[in-house]
Amino acid sequence: MKKPNDIILRAVTNVAVVIILTFAVYLFFAGHHNPGGGFIGGLAFAAALTLLFLTYDINSIRANFPFDFKVLTAVGVLIAVLTGVGGILFDQPFLFQAFDYFDLPIFGKTELATAVLFDIGVALAVIGTAMVIIMTISEDR
Amino acid sequence: MIESLLIVALCFLVLSILAAVYRLIKGPSIPDRVQALDNIGVNIIAAIAIISIFMRTSAFFSVMLLLGILSFIGTIAFARFLERGKVIESDRNE
Repeated sequence: MKKPNDIILRAVTNVAVVIILTFAVYLFFAGHHNPGGGFIGGLAFAAALTLLFLTYDINSIRANFPFDFKVLTAVGVLIAVLTGVGGILFDQPFLFQAFDYFDLPIFGKTELATAVLFDIGVALAVIGTAMVIIMTISEDR
Repeated sequence: MIESLLIVALCFLVLSILAAVYRLIKGPSIPDRVQALDNIGVNIIAAIAIISIFMRTSAFFSVMLLLGILSFIGTIAFARFLERGKVIESDRNE
């Protein structure tokens, strides 16, 4: 079988993956006051990884991205649960969140909320689950 | 004036989507159906743009970007499947 030469797809992917990953991070941080959040940010991140899997092959991507996605899912769920339990330690209900305004060097006055930590867990769980599903259905029988 | 123009444009976009749906159901070959799906995605993005002009909001812009990304990846996956019979390869150089 002749070797395929899809240079246009590879050139487009190298640019588009950067845009999609930036958009995923934007969606992740926009989720506090605007549409977005951990779930859809994780899905956009998984879409970028899927595009890389489609263009290149699994082995060369896994060599540069050496996480076991099942472990990533477990760590994400654990982070989400532990940030929920953290509210109990301060005599507050489960999944309680707090926020305050800080003066950061570059960003100026910024609102920092503990819900972002919970969102990190959700995003990791979504990325891990989506990639496990995609890699499972792409395996050879 | 501009609102009636926007409504007419939306009607034509709906007609275009219906034509693509006809091709999607009837299409004799699989590449016809893939083209129709991609066409529907682009038309939906255009319709969302017109609706966000109509409602004077910028809340749908990220939806448009996300739909563009997803329809792009879907079309590439279908093209890979049609070309090689396999969507994701485990090793490219074998």
